[in-house]
Amino acid sequence: MKHIDLVIIGGGPAGMSAAIAAYESGIRNLLILERDTHLGGILQQCIHNGFGLHRFGEELTGPEYAWRYEARVRELGIPYKLGTMVLDITPDKVVTATNSEEGIFQIQAKAVILAMGCRERAKGALNIAGSRPAGIYSAGTAQKYVNLKGYLPGKNVVILGSGDIGLIMARRMTLEGAKVHAVCELMPYSGGLARNIEQCLNDFGIPLRLSHTVVDIHGKERLEGVTIAKVDENRRPIPETREYIPCDTLLLSVGLIPENELSKTASVSLDRITGGASVDQGRCTDVEGIYACGNVLHVHDLVDYVSEEAEIAGKSAAAYIKGETGERINVTLRTDGKIRYTVPQRITQKGDVTVFFRVADVYRNATVKVKNGDAVVLSRKKVKMAPGEMESLTLKASLLEGVSELLFALEVE
Amino acid sequence: MIRELTCIVCPKGCALRVELEGKDVKSVTGHTCPRGQKYAEDECTHPMRTVTSTVRTSTGEVVAVKTATAIPKEKMVACMEAINRAVAQVPVTIGDVVIENVADTGVAVVAAANLEI
Repeated sequence: MKHIDLVIIGGGPAGMSAAIAAYESGIRNLLILERDTHLGGILQQCIHNGFGLHRFGEELTGPEYAWRYEARVRELGIPYKLGTMVLDITPDKVVTATNSEEGIFQIQAKAVILAMGCRERAKGALNIAGSRPAGIYSAGTAQKYVNLKGYLPGKNVVILGSGDIGLIMARRMTLEGAKVHAVCELMPYSGGLARNIEQCLNDFGIPLRLSHTVVDIHGKERLEGVTIAKVDENRRPIPETREYIPCDTLLLSVGLIPENELSKTASVSLDRITGGASVDQGRCTDVEGIYACGNVLHVHDLVDYVSEEAEIAGKSAAAYIKGETGERINVTLRTDGKIRYTVPQRITQKGDVTVFFRVADVYRNATVKVKNGDAVVLSRKKVKMAPGEMESLTLKASLLEGVSELLFALEVE
Repeated sequence: MIRELTCIVCPKGCALRVELEGKDVKSVTGHTCPRGQKYAEDECTHPMRTVTSTVRTSTGEVVAVKTATAIPKEKMVACMEAINRAVAQVPVTIGDVVIENVADTGVAVVAAANLEI
């Protein structure tokens, strides 16, 4: 069996950034395993711009952003294997993988970084009534067809779900000559960024139907239309509002799920809310030496934050391999429900820690309060908060002294 | 007249309020950076957009392209028509000019991805 200090599972933005950070922290015996035929992950099909404003202070497309990291990986000579599927990771960090050249092979790693990303929630999870004709795609599948393969999946489109990929695809399909009749969103607010509603829908006069869902699918061989309906406050369709829209294509943009099958084989504990691993400030899971970062840990809105998080994971995996440990503490971070989750979920080492979190609903004039028992140790006012926008707060090291638990709570005026 | 806009410069998406007198911008509020102010002024006088799309390549694949800078919003359709006619020669490197002066905007359409042979 081969011995490698650090194995990184996934060569997308998280994996590449983690690998570069680990290399720059002195780790030379490392390897990226990537199942696709190229590095860069999902960024390769995200040809719209808006990436990199935080990281590079300029607006890049997905492939351009990915190339910044791939060029660095090549420059440093960080080894990677493409077309390589990891099948299993044990808690002792034996990685079993396969590709067409080497067959099945095993690597004993000192540390592993999980950077497998996420996948789209599929139609099966939605329980829409009606037939199952051709013409129903996840938004990401349609994105791949249009942007990487050069195929237009249909001419008359309805999109269910107003996440960013759905909004981006509404514009993309329109630019390529399709007619997008409506974007339906079950919730009374969009899950996507405000700028995308503006530049992807409003620019093209595409209606956003909030509190609407698809209740029926029509057509035998090919999709012929969908029935949509308004939903009440309990998200149940109101029958008298049913409306038929003829279309040949239905795109689903109904959420992303961290892809943690491999994490489970390694006995990594997952957070029920994020669907990703429960981690400390260095993004170490509860299995020693196994780290997680990027969308496999929790779904991010911006790749810039993925890169930043992956750097943290890369640096702490490097420190672990080199046997460097700081002063240990043990602080559990809890949430009140209005704040749905935090990443990290616990802090085990002294130092300043930036905590990322999301809220459960749209709130206006709210105050984020970090509490130690009844004492408020940090508070931050926010004019507007929404589930689609990740927030962050930095806890100073001095705040964490002698603390065993902190509650992240939201008070709404 | 008051016009309300959502800033598209960055993912923050600030809610902007622009006070207009005829076609002149009197004041902008709600922005949190200078770029937001400029966006609001441009949006009310001559809205600009960056177009991203794909072009065919000489080997029959597609490759990502973008306008090198934002172009007037009303030129987006003409820009897409030019992009749909264009063919990029492989190999393609990020930054290669695929179309010069697209739709008479003075802006080039450039490759936004690499494509090796």
